[in-house]
Amino acid sequence: MLEIKDAQRLAELRRKHGREAQADPAAPVAERPDIRRRQPRFCGLESGHRACQGCGEALGARLVTETAGPDVMIANATGCLEVFSTPWPESAWRVPWIHSLFENAAAVASGMEAAMKSQGKRTKVIAQGGDGGTFDIGFQALSGMLERYHNVLYVCYDNEAYMNTGIQRSGSTPHAASTTTSPSGSERMGKRHLKKNLLAIIAAHHVPYAASASVAYPVDIRRKVRRAMDVEGPTFLLIHSPCPLGWGHDGAMSIEIARLAVQTGLFPLVEFERGEVVSVMPIRQPKPVAEYLKNQNRFRHLFNDKDPRALEEREHLQALADYNIDIYGLRGDGPDVMDTDGVDTVRRGGPVQVM
Amino acid sequence: MLEALEGSQAIARAVTLCRPGVVAAYPITPQTHIVENISKLVADGRLNTELVSVESEFSAASVVLGAAVAGSRAYTASSSQGIMLMAEVLYNISGLRVPMVMTCANRAVGAPLNIWNDQQDSMAVRDSGWIQLYAADNQEAVDSTIQAYRISEATELPVMVCMDGFVLTHTLEPVDIPDAAVVDEYLPDYTFSRTLDSADPISLGTLVGPDHFSEIRHSHHQAMIRSQEVIVDADNEWAKRVDRTCGGLLTVEGPADAKTAILAIGSAVGTLREAMEVYPQRRKVKLIKLRCFRPFPHEALREACEGLTDLVVLERAFSPGAGAIIGTEIRASLVARGGRQPKVHSFAIGLGGRDIPLETLPRVMEAIKEPSDEDFAIFDVELDKLPAEDR
Repeated sequence: MLEIKDAQRLAELRRKHGREAQADPAAPVAERPDIRRRQPRFCGLESGHRACQGCGEALGARLVTETAGPDVMIANATGCLEVFSTPWPESAWRVPWIHSLFENAAAVASGMEAAMKSQGKRTKVIAQGGDGGTFDIGFQALSGMLERYHNVLYVCYDNEAYMNTGIQRSGSTPHAASTTTSPSGSERMGKRHLKKNLLAIIAAHHVPYAASASVAYPVDIRRKVRRAMDVEGPTFLLIHSPCPLGWGHDGAMSIEIARLAVQTGLFPLVEFERGEVVSVMPIRQPKPVAEYLKNQNRFRHLFNDKDPRALEEREHLQALADYNIDIYGLRGDGPDVMDTDGVDTVRRGGPVQVM
Repeated sequence: MLEALEGSQAIARAVTLCRPGVVAAYPITPQTHIVENISKLVADGRLNTELVSVESEFSAASVVLGAAVAGSRAYTASSSQGIMLMAEVLYNISGLRVPMVMTCANRAVGAPLNIWNDQQDSMAVRDSGWIQLYAADNQEAVDSTIQAYRISEATELPVMVCMDGFVLTHTLEPVDIPDAAVVDEYLPDYTFSRTLDSADPISLGTLVGPDHFSEIRHSHHQAMIRSQEVIVDADNEWAKRVDRTCGGLLTVEGPADAKTAILAIGSAVGTLREAMEVYPQRRKVKLIKLRCFRPFPHEALREACEGLTDLVVLERAFSPGAGAIIGTEIRASLVARGGRQPKVHSFAIGLGGRDIPLETLPRVMEAIKEPSDEDFAIFDVELDKLPAEDR
């Protein structure tokens, strides 16, 4: 709780630095700039951190923490999220937060949860990390946490490579993507291996809830976080989070590109309960994979018309997307009134007509 | 009341008395019995704790770290390869200045694979910033475990209680398990100044750049040095309650006018004590029991070595290509003092479970009579077992 003099001091500082918008009494009520500010809204990850422009992970973490609310504590793996949010002596977190190591966020969270149980407290523990810390080096600790049935929500912000160390390939890097350790060249077409299907492995632990989400669909993220928070047991969210630096696209394009990953079927949004698929976000009209690939430098080598391997790899990626569409039934069965695809998208010229 | 208990069993009982909120461990010989005993105490309702049976030592250390920062007293135990796997987390725990206690049931580190006792494991993490206390017998291991929580929580430094695998962990000895009321009064409830709490959020483990890193490391170093007082005080306070001591930082036994001393660590001290009662060398030799290896008790050691002409250091580990670990540190410490120094004879002994018999005392005394340029040797090595080129 803030002491009164602290609150006064804070108000003073805010006025001084222009954080408190000056309402114009003449302006219509709805347009006053402080309306949004006055909405009761918890912000777990404050602005002012050092993420790049268009960082999907920062957006994802903000959405997760503001939905999960203040009564949480976070164990964070090493990675961009940790580095950009807490350069000592600053911190952007408004929730209790600890960073220990790269590969142990799930285990540290397990200990925090055990402590909460031991003390009879209900504070929900969240573990979070990037794909390197989740798919690869922290995978064992994560599997153990799920198997031991800790009441922890694990969130993986999947930007499909080791971005913090300078864009090296991870188990999550998509096939054919060029990274600094899977560069394209005369002998290679980027990463030679497939993206690990982590969600299916998580689901195979028979956990109560595991889902994929995308920062292009914030309403969907919020719903999935709320769903996971309601579960007493291990839950997992895989949030597709574009990295403009690593993927090689304009920071302003992050949402657009993340949305294309979903709309092409390359990153299917699905929900598992106890190992069974219970819900998918349908794509009525899948976009061609090339539309997703063409705006990212990491796939630029796939558009060299003189290279016969380029078309082959594009077709390979299209086949992977088609496979996802097929096994998860992403096309749906005709128009669906519950279809959320695009409902939170503001487009010029009104909503898209579903054929 | 004295009870005949196996070392591991005694440790499990001591841990129970400290009322940890969370215990996490992974099985490894010879530590396993400790965790098995704790699991049984939990199953029988004699210990109310969250027991987390993890999938690796790495996670064991991580779980107790999470538990301790979330406000629960935490305990783990390991050995050998397990300590090596934990090493990264051990540095992290001490760097974050998180209080906790672990038992290291000392065992050799492979390869070659060897499950028996030496102290290469805890010596390998001597620079991790943990306090290290070595137990000479099972009673000391019990008492040190209880003291360790008091030390750790007062200093916000983690404490590793090292006890020789098998030699202590698997040996039945008469041990006094103190009353719960005595421990409750001696050991205040767990507190940690930077506990994670959603009502008062803080960030721990942030990124520290070159502008503050040295200062934070310095404060860790100073905290370790200052902890010597706390270690001595914890032992004295414990002695007031149970009328026995673990020997603070170190103890000196034997004739005060002896010009030669043997310094040992862990259960070898017990063997040498026994030998001192049997062999005539006892009239000429002091025995220095080093209990606290980290922080390194420079002052106490220099005092203990006052007036000596020869100091024999026996240790169950060494640094290949360099030689002695403890012996080298002691020599450095004595040289730093200046003035007349004893000649330091460093030996590794009892590696990988090789027995340290009573005759070690006369044999060592004999060995140091011969002038030698060698700084260090493996005392009980049998060279005829090696091909000529490896001798």
